[in-house]
Amino acid sequence: MVIDKIKKVNKKDERPTKNEKASDMLVGKWVKCDNCKEILYKEEVHNNLSVCPNCGKHFRISARRRIHQIIDEGTFIETNADMKTKNPLNFEGYEKKIQSLQEKTQINEAVKTGFGEINGEKVVIAIMDGNFMMGSMGSVVGEKITCAIEDAIDNKLPIIIFCVSGGARMQEGIISLMQMAKTSEALAKLNEAGLLYISVLTDPTTGGVTASFASLGDIILAEPNALIGFAGPRVIEQTVKQKLPDGFQRSEFLLEHGFIDKIVERKDMKQTLYDILKLHKKGGK
Amino acid sequence: MPTKLSAWDRVLHAREAERPKALDYIENIFDGFIELHGDRFYGDDKSIVGGIAYLDGMPVTVIGEQKGKTTKENMERNFGMPNPEGYRKALRLMKQADKFGRPIITFIDTPGAYPGMGAEERGQGEAIARSMMEMSRLKVPIVSVVIGEGSSGGALAICVADRIIMLENAVYSILSPEGFASILYKDSSKNKEAAEHMKLTSYDLKEFGIVDEIVKEPKGGAQENIKKVVKSLKQNIVNDIEELSKLDKNEMIEKRYEKYRKIGIN
Repeated sequence: MVIDKIKKVNKKDERPTKNEKASDMLVGKWVKCDNCKEILYKEEVHNNLSVCPNCGKHFRISARRRIHQIIDEGTFIETNADMKTKNPLNFEGYEKKIQSLQEKTQINEAVKTGFGEINGEKVVIAIMDGNFMMGSMGSVVGEKITCAIEDAIDNKLPIIIFCVSGGARMQEGIISLMQMAKTSEALAKLNEAGLLYISVLTDPTTGGVTASFASLGDIILAEPNALIGFAGPRVIEQTVKQKLPDGFQRSEFLLEHGFIDKIVERKDMKQTLYDILKLHKKGGK
Repeated sequence: MPTKLSAWDRVLHAREAERPKALDYIENIFDGFIELHGDRFYGDDKSIVGGIAYLDGMPVTVIGEQKGKTTKENMERNFGMPNPEGYRKALRLMKQADKFGRPIITFIDTPGAYPGMGAEERGQGEAIARSMMEMSRLKVPIVSVVIGEGSSGGALAICVADRIIMLENAVYSILSPEGFASILYKDSSKNKEAAEHMKLTSYDLKEFGIVDEIVKEPKGGAQENIKKVVKSLKQNIVNDIEELSKLDKNEMIEKRYEKYRKIGIN
């Protein structure tokens, strides 16, 4: 474990910031579910893990809240929290955009990584955040995910990656594309080390993330009704010139086609992860 | 020194119908090519060809993304846009090469992996991801050659290699300039502008350290003198495989790992 990369997170950091509340669709006292159209009391939704109490729709949540839901309180140790985004294409306005997003979201990039415990079981965890450029993978995301995989190898720990991503980050061009190869080859090393990788797909997981680490879990879980695919629905519709059927590329569709192991509701996620971790402990329990 | 062509000029070159395709290079570089078919799961994808052949008397495995030169050929080849079974065929043949100790040469030429309904149903993302992951650990030398359009994950899927060679007028990018313009400029007609900003030419890629060698093309593109292009390309491939074969296998795999590991933040 490389100590200088690690920053202890205090308890205050684990509470949602004002802006996260906005991004979690909890503006004002009331919120309308975009699935069942029911008007909901925001606090009720929030207290229900940001799942619609009426129809069960799983709203998108920040990495910070996800850590709070999954990792035992006070055990999360963040790694590479200050890694800086570069601008390899010198794309106009990119640095500014990153900076303003960092201020707005209070996170440095589209993934948080670190060590933590799940009911006392030590893991390495990476949690993507859709509030930051739709969770797109540029060099920082690729590097942090790769470092997290290498941390798992170095410390002989299982790794869990929560995915939410629009795909590779266009602004970093070919450098973003190469992160797909980088993260995938790191997982090949993890496999050789005989360590467990659980991939959890949340809404949406698409593009270059689907075509790399998201699809390579020993066990792949998904939240209900998450959009999961390589090509986006709009691109497919334009290509095949027809409307896609309801439920196409949703978690249930992927389960049926054999690409995920299990659909897990948010309220059961921590326990399910713990059960799987426990079963993989050397010597059993 | 790079010849004075704009990035967009090179995109046009890379897409020319008359430009030599993977099978042209396979025919001209190798002897006794036997094409092998099918992924053993679902079908045979004609947008990826693969098989066994000799390279100066040495048995090798050859794989290429195959576009057509005519509309009819392109229909048959799906315009060089592979479905998952194409990548699974490629991976099957690469693992076969690993078993028999044959070096692998892949040719990259695709507008991207096919974004169709069937491709999604059969796990396009999984097929690409697995191919990259498994290629990174193969115990035989891998040389990839970008001969035309190297677009997105559909190109990278069979381009995890020890050495990457690029033809001078080939392009390699995160997606097409049209797609890039449509996403970032909200206007796909700004494709020329996008091409100039994307850093997608062989010279850009060499500067990034992603591409190792550039093979020069005659004025007007590779089709103007394919014999000459083939001669120098073949020499590069032979040299690369010779050098790689001298390395200890674990060292070769570790160097391949480092090649991608270092791209990005450092």
